[in-house]
Amino acid sequence: MSSTAAAAAAEVPHIGREHITGRDAVVDALVIARRNLIRVVRLPQLLILSIAQPVMFLVLFNYVFGGAVGQSLPEVVQGKYIIFLLPGLMVQISVFGAGQTALGLTEDLAKGVIERFRSLPMARSAVLAGRSLADLFRNAIVMALMLVIAFLMGFRWQTDLPGFLGGFALVLLFSYTLSWVMATIGLLVKNPEAVQTAIFLPVFPFVFASAVFIPTQTMPGWLQAFANNQPITVIANAIRGLMIGPELLLPGQTVTGQVIMALLWMAGIMAVFAPLAVRLYRRAVL
Amino acid sequence: MTDHIVEVDDLVVTFGDVRAVDGVSLRIERGSVYGLLGPNGAGKTTLIRVLATLIRPASGSARVAGVDVLAEPTRARAHIGLAGQFAAVDEYQTGRENVRMVGRLYGLSRAEASRRADEVIERIHLQDAADRRVGTYSGGMRRRLDLAASLVGRPQVMFLDEPTTGIDPRSRQDLWALVQDLVDTGTTVLLTTQYLEEVDRLADRIGVIDQGRVISEGTPTELKDRLGAGVVEVGVGDEDREAVIELMSSLGEEAAVWDESRARVCLTARDGSRTLMEVARALDAKGIEPDDIAIHKPTLDDVFLALTGDSPADGSGADDSKGRGRRGRRKVTA
Repeated sequence: MSSTAAAAAAEVPHIGREHITGRDAVVDALVIARRNLIRVVRLPQLLILSIAQPVMFLVLFNYVFGGAVGQSLPEVVQGKYIIFLLPGLMVQISVFGAGQTALGLTEDLAKGVIERFRSLPMARSAVLAGRSLADLFRNAIVMALMLVIAFLMGFRWQTDLPGFLGGFALVLLFSYTLSWVMATIGLLVKNPEAVQTAIFLPVFPFVFASAVFIPTQTMPGWLQAFANNQPITVIANAIRGLMIGPELLLPGQTVTGQVIMALLWMAGIMAVFAPLAVRLYRRAVL
Repeated sequence: MTDHIVEVDDLVVTFGDVRAVDGVSLRIERGSVYGLLGPNGAGKTTLIRVLATLIRPASGSARVAGVDVLAEPTRARAHIGLAGQFAAVDEYQTGRENVRMVGRLYGLSRAEASRRADEVIERIHLQDAADRRVGTYSGGMRRRLDLAASLVGRPQVMFLDEPTTGIDPRSRQDLWALVQDLVDTGTTVLLTTQYLEEVDRLADRIGVIDQGRVISEGTPTELKDRLGAGVVEVGVGDEDREAVIELMSSLGEEAAVWDESRARVCLTARDGSRTLMEVARALDAKGIEPDDIAIHKPTLDDVFLALTGDSPADGSGADDSKGRGRRGRRKVTA
């Protein structure tokens, strides 16, 4: 067997690539993104559930807290809590949505899919880039539908359409940025069950000690100091500035300033977590 | 001239204090099948992971298709295919989509990946199910698809990590045929297994691995010469045991052994069926009536018993579910 096989071996052209170019990295990421999106399309329960969650938050927060909180809001949104709430809730949902990136990665890891990908001559960044792109797409759908419901519940932007769209773009960008944080968490924790808790632990303090649900003015001073300066509030305020106007910002803040701050935060988060996640991916074994 | 497509030298892989691979050196000839035989935890998977560029060793070197896997992992990946212990296929895609995707990730163009995927699907006889979601596939079909997905990139070396563990006998036959088919087209195969029968059927060379070391290496014939082709076993009552051990030892090349856990006298023999008949005749002549008499093919346990005088170190499921107790056997000299 061996001698004839050896002769045949010489004729088998191997067709795997030996070097990865920048273009290869983009194509690979898109191939992976497609794979993950096929799952979204063919497992519609997942999408329906991920839409149901933000709608539930929207309805519960608005009708439970709206009456009490609405009266104490600044004049521009007084009595109209939904207008104040929506930009904040979009940030919260983008955080929760990004958590799916961690969950998906740990599932792939547990099924041996990551090992298969890592043994292929593909770009090291592709699995993470592809997944985060697919998650961005899914989050965009979820948030677009959430906006439709919010409009039915009485949300109206107070600035103009470009401002509104700018705010929407900003929250999607933030969601994408967070996917890389979540990818890092997923690759550190590795276990699909454990990761469900792991993604929420660091998230809760940031989401609740923020201006997401209520203005920070009534919080104790030490908490305000944290809440006003942490990224979730910065992003939420930037989106509010774009969609509703400068009245909702803290004294001395401008919409442009908040948007720049938000972009800087995102750039900083990406600069730390994208290389970290890729580094962990390169070593990821079960 | 021998052409070694896999060259491993003094490889050591440590996890904390554990030396999972403890100084392994291997040569695999191009176009051959190398079978790595050993129990769970012997270091088989770890070795494959190093060769597939998934983990880095503490020391030693490894070359695949002339490429140093530690220095140039990306180049090495172009030449290899890996089918791990899990069928790493995507349940939500069809079989054909899965293969196509892997083709794209080997760097094929869209058209080329489609064309190659169709070829590969045909080769593994999966045409009828190719456009169904993998979620509907049986375990055996998934394994075949997983293996086939790697073939789309025409790797020179395929690593198969326990390809038939946990699948039914029929699917096992299919997979064996597929491996044979692979070799016929020039692919070199490194496979790990816990089944002696599997390496016997497929491998040109066998390495027996235990606690991170290759404890024996050779052709299947060489291994079987050391091992015997069959194990004759006789169940008798306590009163006849010593007599039967003495009688059987006089008939075989080696001494008969008392297997405590199964209450059988066992004799490893080069020609199992002839020895079986001789034993039967001799027992009959002496007027000893056994409770039962049988012959079985040597298992991983028998290999280890022959090579080390002991059962495999880690016992989780190393035997063919024969239910034999670990370390239950003592050598009894008659």
